[in-house]
Amino acid sequence: GPDPLITEVQPWATGFGDGVDATPYGLPIKYEADVVRRNVGWLTADVISSINFTPIHALEGTITPQGCAFERHHSGAIEMRKEDYRLMIHGLVDRPLVFTYEDLERFPRVNQTYFLECAANSGMEWAGAQLNGVQFTQGMIHNMEYTGVTLRTLLEEAGVQTAGKWVYVEGADASSNGRSIPIEKALDDCLIAFKANGEALRKEHGYPVRLCVPGWEGNMWVKWLRRIEVMEGPVESREETSKYTDTLEDGTSRKWTWVMDAKSVITSPSPQMPIKHGNGPLVITGLAWSGRGAITKVDVSLDGGKNWKEARLANPGQPMALTRFYLDINWQGEEMLLQARATDDTGYVQPTKDQLRAIRGENSVYHNNAIQTWWVKSNGEAENVEVS
Amino acid sequence: EPFGLGRAALPEEIAAWNLDVSPDGTGLPPGSGSVADGEELFSDRCAVCHGEFAEGVDNWPKLAGGMDTLNRKDPLKTVGSYWPYLSTVWDYAHRSMPFGNAQTLSADETYAIVAYIIYSNDLVDDDFVLSNENFLEVEMPNADGFIVDDRETVEYPEFSKPACMENCKESVEITAHATVLDVTPNDPNDDAPAAEAPATDAPAEEAAAPAAEAATEVAAAAPAEVDPALVAAGETVFKKCKACHKIGEGAKHATGPSLNGVVGRKAGGADGFKYSPAMIAAGEGGMVWDHETIGAYLKDPKGFVPKNKMSFAGLKKDDDVAAVLAYIEATGQ
Repeated sequence: GPDPLITEVQPWATGFGDGVDATPYGLPIKYEADVVRRNVGWLTADVISSINFTPIHALEGTITPQGCAFERHHSGAIEMRKEDYRLMIHGLVDRPLVFTYEDLERFPRVNQTYFLECAANSGMEWAGAQLNGVQFTQGMIHNMEYTGVTLRTLLEEAGVQTAGKWVYVEGADASSNGRSIPIEKALDDCLIAFKANGEALRKEHGYPVRLCVPGWEGNMWVKWLRRIEVMEGPVESREETSKYTDTLEDGTSRKWTWVMDAKSVITSPSPQMPIKHGNGPLVITGLAWSGRGAITKVDVSLDGGKNWKEARLANPGQPMALTRFYLDINWQGEEMLLQARATDDTGYVQPTKDQLRAIRGENSVYHNNAIQTWWVKSNGEAENVEVS
Repeated sequence: EPFGLGRAALPEEIAAWNLDVSPDGTGLPPGSGSVADGEELFSDRCAVCHGEFAEGVDNWPKLAGGMDTLNRKDPLKTVGSYWPYLSTVWDYAHRSMPFGNAQTLSADETYAIVAYIIYSNDLVDDDFVLSNENFLEVEMPNADGFIVDDRETVEYPEFSKPACMENCKESVEITAHATVLDVTPNDPNDDAPAAEAPATDAPAEEAAAPAAEAATEVAAAAPAEVDPALVAAGETVFKKCKACHKIGEGAKHATGPSLNGVVGRKAGGADGFKYSPAMIAAGEGGMVWDHETIGAYLKDPKGFVPKNKMSFAGLKKDDDVAAVLAYIEATGQ
């Protein structure tokens, strides 16, 4: 029969909605309340030093809203006023300098969109399929348009001496998170950002100023950046020795594994996004990215990697930024083993889990960029599985 | 050519922030500390999370042990078994620890604590004194255990071959299911873990944890008799709780609710603490925290109040339960 939503006058077509002053800074409508960051309680000892996950299953396009972009803190998200912000450059420089927030706003500015992926993204999947949802398996990632000053600009302002081969960057919070970055990368594309997606950085993303290290692991993107020391060698801080190092099968460990390899994942359908509409047209979509450059191609398999079809990129891949891909199919209720496989502009092709394990074993913890498999059943539900 | 922005950093400003210590000892201030002093300091400042013997409490980082486990399944990475440089230990303890009270250790205290940590790893004897003078003489067992990222030569050639598009393998079988382990949080708004235990390596720190939640607000009722020995024993056992629960004068809610006045209160009843629905329901069902209920809860938190969010495994010994109860009653007025 006729749809009462059409034939009957609905309340929203008769009365008023909210006035323009109801929410001076808007929030998502209440019907989208499930699109939120989620924490996995057993993962860490305390929420103060922990991580949560971006709801990438429920997002579209490529820009991650700050309010649901995953957080990683080592000593909690601090509150610092812009007026109290200081950035120091010292060490092997001609002019050790201190900048205020206002000083930073007077340097020439750039806008760049970059993904930030935690090195531990998918880390729980090394030993087998564990978490049933793309938010948990690949959700330690976000992608924002940053506004700021290049690190090169500030280093040139201070005058880097020839002996300066590394910079040590440090945050202002109690964790004193600090990482060593080779001078070549520091002078290449690192960005001192004070805006993301057009607005001030959110507290949890390092307000008022964070570092962007495009394509490299998220831990290096120091939040609440307060200090840049130009040095002869690396500090070998806790976060670059005891953590963020990758242990191989024979017990030796790789260090300075900064680059995030090419990776992709289907965000829908997926365990949190089952097919509910029955047979017929189905949009398969997902995200791809590479720390080495731009995504040039994404292939999708419906049969666990036996055969592949080239997906459609929503837009040409941009260096070190998320790329959205689509494969539009006519689904007739058949079971599928869905996979995506990214290729970047260096020719790197995303490997399978078995390929990675053959080289690294299962104890790496970090840098798992393996192909992910979703088993989509005939009822449309999906599960995180591994295949031969 | 410079923009002329910013101002000169003053020497005392650089000195205040330039605290990092490098592997060659650059940045180490003069000072020293003994294993004996370190043991006492460690017990006071570090053992709450890292254990009296640096063995780690629950899922807080273990700092000792794990020798020769790096090539096994689930290696135990500690200062002794994994960390390549002693400078990192000193630097991290001095700048970033204790957790929640960073940058409060003096140089001498840091030397002492680091001395105790390496003693706990059997790297020095109990009469050892660590100083800036002998710092570089300590040999770290895994100093040679690291190689610089070699993905470019080992992996890139393998992973940059043309991708197969058709008939890439004979057959496909499912070899593992996430639902077998079932460690996925199921309710978006429920921060309680869906299952008990972590399966393997957690990303950043180590794994699960003591969180906590228990009781309520003030009710008085001072205990008739106090056994000082039992209270003292309870204080020791309470270290397992301390990471999450504060008690005593001015204690505020932390990961778990303040335990001041817990005895005699309704479950889930402390003002200003966000309880799990399960704990609130227990209180609404009439549960009040007394000797019996606290005792039962401490022995089996998940069994006694299913789905509550205190992720503490429980105290196995009746003596420990009695001691903690005595300590809570004596301290949490």
